[in-house]
Amino acid sequence: MPRGPKILVFSTNTISDAGIDLAGASHLDYPTGVVFIAVPCSSGVDPRWILYALKEACFDGVFIAADGTDCPYLTDCTKRTGEIVKKAQELLEAHQIDPRRLKMAAICSVCADAFVNHVKKFAQLLEDLAHEER
Amino acid sequence: MAKKIGVFICYCGGNISDFVDVEKIAQEIAHEDDVVRAKTHMFVCSDAAQEEIIREIKERGLEALVIASCSPKLHLETFRRLAQRAGLNPYTYIQVNIREQCSWAHTHNREEATEKALRLVRAGVARARMARPLKPIEIKTIPAALVVGAGITGLRTAVALSDLGLTVHLVEKEKRVGGLLNHLDRLFPYGRQATELIEELRREVERRENIHLYLEAEVTKKTGSVGNFKLTIVGPEGEKEVHVGAVLVATGGNPYVPNPGEYGYGAPGILTLLDFHRLIRDCRGAKRFVFNGHPVRRVVFIYCVGFREKKGHRFCSRYCCAAGVYAGLTLKKDFPQIEQFHLYRDMRTYGSLERLYHQALEEGLVFVRFNETHRPEVLETEEGLTVRVKDELTGGKELAISCDLIVLVTGLEGKEQQKLVDVLKLPVGKDGFFNEIHPKLRPVETVIDGLFITGACQAPKNISESVASGLAAAAKSGVLLLPGKLDLEPQIARVNLQKCSWCGLCAEACPYEAIVKEEIQGKAVARVNPALCKGEGACVPVCPEEAIEVQGYEHQQIKAMIDALCKETA
Repeated sequence: MPRGPKILVFSTNTISDAGIDLAGASHLDYPTGVVFIAVPCSSGVDPRWILYALKEACFDGVFIAADGTDCPYLTDCTKRTGEIVKKAQELLEAHQIDPRRLKMAAICSVCADAFVNHVKKFAQLLEDLAHEER
Repeated sequence: MAKKIGVFICYCGGNISDFVDVEKIAQEIAHEDDVVRAKTHMFVCSDAAQEEIIREIKERGLEALVIASCSPKLHLETFRRLAQRAGLNPYTYIQVNIREQCSWAHTHNREEATEKALRLVRAGVARARMARPLKPIEIKTIPAALVVGAGITGLRTAVALSDLGLTVHLVEKEKRVGGLLNHLDRLFPYGRQATELIEELRREVERRENIHLYLEAEVTKKTGSVGNFKLTIVGPEGEKEVHVGAVLVATGGNPYVPNPGEYGYGAPGILTLLDFHRLIRDCRGAKRFVFNGHPVRRVVFIYCVGFREKKGHRFCSRYCCAAGVYAGLTLKKDFPQIEQFHLYRDMRTYGSLERLYHQALEEGLVFVRFNETHRPEVLETEEGLTVRVKDELTGGKELAISCDLIVLVTGLEGKEQQKLVDVLKLPVGKDGFFNEIHPKLRPVETVIDGLFITGACQAPKNISESVASGLAAAAKSGVLLLPGKLDLEPQIARVNLQKCSWCGLCAEACPYEAIVKEEIQGKAVARVNPALCKGEGACVPVCPEEAIEVQGYEHQQIKAMIDALCKETA
């Protein structure tokens, strides 16, 4: 297994996945514990999947790489994804999981640097949380 | 649910195999349940490898296919077609990206990159295991298109659509066609008069029986979906409903108007590029270049006005460097005695337009490069206008250029057209322009199938670029509509009738009004209209019973992928 936290990223097929691709194409380095499931739109990420990843599976954190204002489906995608995050964090709290283990950021189709910065900071936060919880 | 799965892993000629041990992945993945074949190829996308995979699918009776290679944005369709040629349902094919999202991102740690790639491939196998054969939804299409905007792009696009034999409804909100070109002078690179070009296209449109032009009209309502849209056009003659298979938006960009005081804008003698076009057109006939009755002897052009700013428009408007240089060349040709100074930040006359810049240098136009932090300062004195600038190329030497006219070389910004955005559900980017799916791979398509964007409503473009995108959208419309029927992507929402007890939350969440209530054997349930559903999944998280899911992204499938991503190598 990779050194460092295991992070599941929900990316979106047409927008944030392209930004994450660009990070790779630019050889921007980020932790190897970061893996991806691409979905059509971040407004369709189900809070129950997030709970499953953090409670039932191995993940230390879930990162929603949202479409933001570039969403090709919805003009209010950020608001909707924000509501999903809120709902998911409530669900995590109800299961005694620190809600900071879920992070969302809008990643556009060329936001390679932004993605890498976010995911590195998130990995650091998850490491700090692991120390706190010890 | 046992299924014979074949997994093929690509070296990508070293792009993957230099950083990931692909042979190890093939060995490990061969032990996964249901995987009956795991093999590597130097280039999976090569004809030879594709033929071999097709043969293996047939000989081994494979029922699902996983290819671990590059991004799906490049080859998803290639490999779906491969699956189809081998007799598989294309939706039982799963692509795993181990290049952009693994080997290229982790070039420093082969062991961990290999481990990550293996987990990604396992997740692909988990997804393939549950992938259902899906059948594209076939619908009949209407051989007609609606074009919004009758500027140069809209007019030329309408003619191209008409050439394809499609009926065209061309809607223009102004009283006359031509848009921005009605206000322009000569056009680069050939010096054609803009109004002549528009007149030629207007006559062509008028001549064609299958183009219907609506002036002073707007699209106020859209229903239906790709292949069969119903749109309401409101104009001076009232309301009309038209049925079309595709909608092409060619509403253009908006010429930037500087803020009062921006480089002295608002004071007499300080013009935008658009004002300058009008002025030179008027002066050419009179054979005297005068402004407000005074002869003009020296003109200063200032570039990058309103763009590449930290606040406001951060982007480069691209076409304005060439437009500014060409305006200078036009002035030189008509009034060679007038002195010209062009103050620029970076000269971006890209591609063959570089020739314009060289021509301008040869013809004696003076170019002065300024720095973003030391911008030209415009002073109004009793003697007239003076521009102070630090010339970057002579070590920051300060010049004071007195002049009679200042031309602010302004670019194009996105148009404010919220009504149209709301009616057509157009995706607007942060820069105010409409967003295509991908600038290179799908440059005129939006996520709404059958809704295309063309020309300067997408980004600042010059005329040839705008027309090229219009022709691309016309060709795409032809591909879509000429066969008379089309297949829709089947990855849309599906209701589990056993679980659903109609609470209405999914219908409330759906942005496309694709979900309605229906009674089945006395039980109220949700029904998805496949022609309206886009499969974005907004309905999924709101369902308390997990009764609605997007096909290909089902709850069980996602959870199985999560488990597979966590699986340890023994």
